[in-house]
Amino acid sequence: MATQTVATATTGQPEIHYLNHAKGLKSWLLTLDHKRIGLLYLISVVFFFIVGGILALLIRAELFEPGQTLMTAETYNHIFTLHGAVMIFLFLIPAVPAVLGNFALPIMIGAKDVAFPRLNLASWYIFWLGALTMLVGIVTSGLDTGWTFYTPYSTMTSSGVTWVALGVFILGFSSILTGLNFIVTVHKMRAPGLTWSRLPLFVWGLYATSIVQILATPVLGITVLLLALERIMKIGIFDPALGGDPILFQHFFWFYSHPAVYIMILPAFGVISELIGTFSRKGIFGYKFVALSSVAIAFLGFLVWGHHMFVSGQSATAATVFSLLTFLIGVPTGVKVLNWVASLYRGSIWLRTPLLYALAFLFVFPIGGFTGIALGTLGLNVPLHDTYFVVAHFHYVMVSGGLLAFLGGLHYWWPKMFGRLYNEKLAQLAALLIFVGFNVTFFPQFILGTQGMPRRYFDYVPEFTTLHQLSTVGSWILGLGLLLVAGYLLHSLFKGRQAPANPWGAGTLEWTHTGRLPSPHNFDRIPVVTRGPYDYHLAEEIFGNGHTGQEATVTPSKEQSQQPESTR
Amino acid sequence: MAGASEAVTGQAEAHAHHPPYLQHHFVSADQQFDAAKLGIWLFLVTEILLFSGMFVAYAVYRVWHPEVFQAASKLLDWRLGGLNTIVLLTSSYTVALAVHYAQTGNQKLLVRNLWLTILLAGVFMVVKYFEYTEKFHHHIFPGGNYAYEGLQLPYVGQFFSIYFVMTGIHGLHVLVGMGVLTWVALRARRGDFSSEYYTPVEISALYWHLVDIIWIFLFPLLYLIH
Repeated sequence: MATQTVATATTGQPEIHYLNHAKGLKSWLLTLDHKRIGLLYLISVVFFFIVGGILALLIRAELFEPGQTLMTAETYNHIFTLHGAVMIFLFLIPAVPAVLGNFALPIMIGAKDVAFPRLNLASWYIFWLGALTMLVGIVTSGLDTGWTFYTPYSTMTSSGVTWVALGVFILGFSSILTGLNFIVTVHKMRAPGLTWSRLPLFVWGLYATSIVQILATPVLGITVLLLALERIMKIGIFDPALGGDPILFQHFFWFYSHPAVYIMILPAFGVISELIGTFSRKGIFGYKFVALSSVAIAFLGFLVWGHHMFVSGQSATAATVFSLLTFLIGVPTGVKVLNWVASLYRGSIWLRTPLLYALAFLFVFPIGGFTGIALGTLGLNVPLHDTYFVVAHFHYVMVSGGLLAFLGGLHYWWPKMFGRLYNEKLAQLAALLIFVGFNVTFFPQFILGTQGMPRRYFDYVPEFTTLHQLSTVGSWILGLGLLLVAGYLLHSLFKGRQAPANPWGAGTLEWTHTGRLPSPHNFDRIPVVTRGPYDYHLAEEIFGNGHTGQEATVTPSKEQSQQPESTR
Repeated sequence: MAGASEAVTGQAEAHAHHPPYLQHHFVSADQQFDAAKLGIWLFLVTEILLFSGMFVAYAVYRVWHPEVFQAASKLLDWRLGGLNTIVLLTSSYTVALAVHYAQTGNQKLLVRNLWLTILLAGVFMVVKYFEYTEKFHHHIFPGGNYAYEGLQLPYVGQFFSIYFVMTGIHGLHVLVGMGVLTWVALRARRGDFSSEYYTPVEISALYWHLVDIIWIFLFPLLYLIH
């Protein structure tokens, strides 16, 4: 049994890696290194996640009892709108692509960086410019329209819609630039031998996401721009008082915002594939189907926006077609879930924290998916529309897709990002708390919805009290789990045990071909790829140490048992 | 078998024959050029989609109120619009010439054609300025602010909303294009480009063609309704 850690070329001297090769705030704020930009994004989205999370806890606290408990109804409107806007535009959309994607994608394809490093940094600054523009509107006059900005209310309200709309417009550029960068990077920067059928599935997920970002975001851009102009110049396109059409706004808005759901979920699919591929030690069942189903979902995602508008007065024909197309999305999604389960089947499963998040995803996401199909049926949609059933549905999709996959991916790439391990026991406990807390929070909302609890309401009839209280208690468990995550990750950052270069025994380039922490240009030598990302039947090539001395191997440690496919 | 890793390009040897314009993270100048080209094409796609929202708004309102569009369109001067079309088409020709001279390494003509393009863009904006002032003079404003006595119809404000938003955003693109082309022209004068490396010329020219082609659609849709 070999027990190599990474051999740094010159022993004794401190290892040069991307975190220590340049120091000081300036070296971070002006960095062109995709890994550092990923970390800048990490800090940013975690900040906004905390903001959105506190808002969510406030919402749940207000709903603990019927009637006014903590805040007025007006404040409540502001709080739930902010929760939605912050979580979607400032956390869910950038979280997986801009943090994990930025960090991992170039290394996974054997490139030194993304194709346009300066644009990459610019997109982070644009992100903050957009976020601050939004915050100006929110702080000065609040926002009470819901994150969907439906007209005509959004053209009438005195809250800060104009600023927020401009903020969203600016944020769109950030999203577009990231997507553009990734597409070009995947097309043009792959290492020799890294064919499309050897791409890690996370890269496929990001690629599909980027297509959606590029094609959908500009439409949101023009939509919110027209909305802002509606308020500034009274252009009368959406405002019925001036002869405009509010339904047209809904079409425009959902033409982006439905695909935006896939901007949040497709990279999450990619993360889950990566986790299952690595921790089942068996390779992904039906790799090509998993890869191409992402592209299929990206494509179909553009054709279903009308299912948000079944009760908005669109024609019966349009509604029928949109309903049918909505069902079709279930097919590639089902392919993915089936293939993930089949990948685990008779694998050599290593139950570590990242896989726990993937398993939680496998439980939670199908519930979100199936209830989505239920909402896509024309008959059921009418009573369930705008109830807590919808709230529960999209939280099951978004939180599983956005949050669970983000946490899973963060726990997976954490040792590569910071070169340190976290406390596995606490991490597993936190994953359990989050899983339980999430379900306790949102499952009762399905029941509330079927019983007629409307979404966005500040008050409710006393019969709903028990379920609402259960949901609120769930939000505390969820919050506790997240606090625990913050605690041990911070501890790991400063005091964590040093991670080996490939602690999970993963087969993708960022683990097999970089040191404990990647060097500033990722690779000393550009790798040549001769196998697929999860070819565990070629275990020797993943774990072996026979060639250049640069390969990492799994370091067995006292607590951490060695994997079956150990090194020679 | 050597397995998954082997070196193709050691960094040290790659640095030895790096041309100055080649960024470190690209393996070759070809790769850098291809990446830039794919990038600008994708950017142009996003531009088209940005305008697509406005084209959809146009289509919807025109289908609902064809007679209003017909009447309102008469208030636009097709001669000025036509002049601007010719100006922009010519500028597309000069920018294409600029790319050609960049490829053949003729610095003098490259610079001259870039300045010509910028000049024509300026002419376009001046004509646009006169068109806009004339409209404002008659109180032809977008949407709810429309107050022209000569033509009072319901929904005529929507036509001018669409007119001002579309031509306004297009005009903004022309201004951005002038800025970009000026930067490229200054770099060209400094001698940054050669037949080996002319990526900025090529991608800014592609952008300029997009600005041109959007106008090609805007002109008949807005000015030539019968």
